[in-house]
Amino acid sequence: MQAFTTLNGLVCPLDRANVDTDAIIPKQFLKSIKRSGFGPNLFDEWRYLDHGEPGMDNSARPVNPDFVLNFPRYAGAQVLLARENFGCGSSREHAPWALEDYGFRVVIAPSFADIFFNNCYKNGVLPIVLPAEAVEQLFQETAASEGYRLQIDLAAQTVRTPGGSQFGFEITGHRKHCLLNGLDEIGLTLNHADKIRAFEAARRAQQPWLFA
Amino acid sequence: MAQTLYDKLWQSHVVHEEADGTALLYIDRHLVHEVTSPQAFEGLKLAGRKPWRISSIVATADHNTPTDHWDEGIKDPISRQQVETLDANIREVGALAYFPFKDKGQGIVHVVGPEQGATLPGMTVVCGDSHTSTHGAFACLAHGIGTSEVEHVLATQTLVAKKSKSMLVKVEGQLGRGITAKDVALAIIGKIGTAGGTGYAIEFAGSAIRGLSMEGRMTLCNMAIEAGARAGMVAVDQNTIDYLQGRPFAPKGADWDKAVAYWRSLVSDAGAQFDAVVELDAAGIAPQVTWGTSPEMVVTINDRVPDPAQESDPTRKTGMERALSYMGLVANTPINEIPVDKVFIGSCTNSRIEDLRAAAAVARGHKKAANVKAVLVVPGSGLVKVQAEAEGLDKIFIEAGFEWREPGCSMCLAMNADRLEPGERCASTSNRNFEGRQGQGGRTHLVSPEMAAAAAIAGHFVDVRTFA
Ligand code: SF4
Repeated sequence: MQAFTTLNGLVCPLDRANVDTDAIIPKQFLKSIKRSGFGPNLFDEWRYLDHGEPGMDNSARPVNPDFVLNFPRYAGAQVLLARENFGCGSSREHAPWALEDYGFRVVIAPSFADIFFNNCYKNGVLPIVLPAEAVEQLFQETAASEGYRLQIDLAAQTVRTPGGSQFGFEITGHRKHCLLNGLDEIGLTLNHADKIRAFEAARRAQQPWLFA
Repeated sequence: MAQTLYDKLWQSHVVHEEADGTALLYIDRHLVHEVTSPQAFEGLKLAGRKPWRISSIVATADHNTPTDHWDEGIKDPISRQQVETLDANIREVGALAYFPFKDKGQGIVHVVGPEQGATLPGMTVVCGDSHTSTHGAFACLAHGIGTSEVEHVLATQTLVAKKSKSMLVKVEGQLGRGITAKDVALAIIGKIGTAGGTGYAIEFAGSAIRGLSMEGRMTLCNMAIEAGARAGMVAVDQNTIDYLQGRPFAPKGADWDKAVAYWRSLVSDAGAQFDAVVELDAAGIAPQVTWGTSPEMVVTINDRVPDPAQESDPTRKTGMERALSYMGLVANTPINEIPVDKVFIGSCTNSRIEDLRAAAAVARGHKKAANVKAVLVVPGSGLVKVQAEAEGLDKIFIEAGFEWREPGCSMCLAMNADRLEPGERCASTSNRNFEGRQGQGGRTHLVSPEMAAAAAIAGHFVDVRTFA
């Protein structure tokens, strides 16, 4: 996994609540058995005017000029700004894969759906929860100034605006450690293999039917 | 100290806990389907790792499988490749049970697990699928996980997790005639919102919940994720035990007695504290119909389409306007005047035998309305299909002009050929009415199986309680 330390990233505002994972990456692209290549189909139904299918040449498709991701001023954005309950719906990890593949490293919203939130960390994408008023301020400032960037520091757990406002955010120690160091969580867990084995043996003795 | 059911399930699975509360949870049952597993199996192989406990795995192909012309196989080459990849992975790795495409036990993973007795009380159950919450109906700690976590569970038999807060949703009283678990679920979501359960594990309790069959409880827990909760659960009672007895993977003989004795302890203790409590009066719940593009956009059959002009919150107001425009609806239209183009009876929410019986009871002796282009009835599994046919339900559906299909996810998410065309309006027993969920531009209204069957016959939404 890609480590995350600090980022000075261009912000793209997606002013919608309850953005679901079906919208982030529509189901037809879930047929892929690969982990990469989803970026061109991020927000496919909003981003293009035609119906997307896997295998199409996306560069030849008609883009929706009214969709914010297609505004030239947001080209190369690395920070996605959104409203409440971002990432609700399906557990598809293809959603953070698509965001990451497109180039987003941070998503800021007042709240996230649980599974999506968790999936982000596994893929070097940092989801940041800020109070609704702070998010509102960021939306307004992004709209007001072209080239608006945010400075994100994971170690310090801060988001800093060009105007000097600073917001702190929460993250568990475990997630922070993994993200800062780009660690493979499976490797970390396997350090506890003996404990897992002991737990399993005790469980097998108590509830043998679970191990039939 | 008095414990909640969730406390008990959590505590009995903690292998290791870190200072910040991050825990390693032992996983008893790992359900696998073709969409969210290929990258996990590949990752495992690339890292040179072996699955920790093969006997925890139960797999089936459901999302991509066609629901008709099974003799022709899977025509879409990309879908076929995904299903074949699952076949190959299970062949290589092994599993307690695998129900591949065309197997008589094949079906939607959340229908298959319980009916095989592979979902048992007290288990942790995971699957790379958000509707894993369904299995909580059996007093399991069941949640959906992402593909990285699928790989993590394959490799370590554990999940890195943090304990959620607990919410008690209490539904007391008697449900009216024609009111189902689906209506209860939608009424709860209408009340707390799609983010209302975020960060919580929900326990559903109260006399109305105890009165539900296991099928009904599965419908309810299935929709817990639509309320934002990762897990929903119902305590063990006699219904739970009766349902499980004699199922293929349920314990037998002395193990059965021992298991039952333990399972009976899987209830919240008297006086256990929850972080939040929500109460609903069962008698006050009417048939629910969603009107928008989020399950919380729901009203009763006797209501009208809400008017954004009445909404003061600006984000909500634009959300409502967007939803109305996507759904092709005008504010203040009576719900029972909205015509439907297609009807879908199926999905892991409502495709079990009880759902099909209820839909058939409404359809019996009727014909679908002329304006309804197609009514798909898709059983949740091969076993449900056989049972329904033994009861003659298929005949009732066919006589009513409905289509009787092979099992699978089908038009719940339209990954196979079953889908809505742009602009088509559907009465659907599934769980998500998101934009494009049932096909690009498709318009989904979530309802119960009874309400879906009634809409098919009337040609528009209609109150099943007054439908003759
Ligand atoms: S029926 Fe629908 S919700 Fe259920 S597992 Fe299949 S696609 Fe997901």
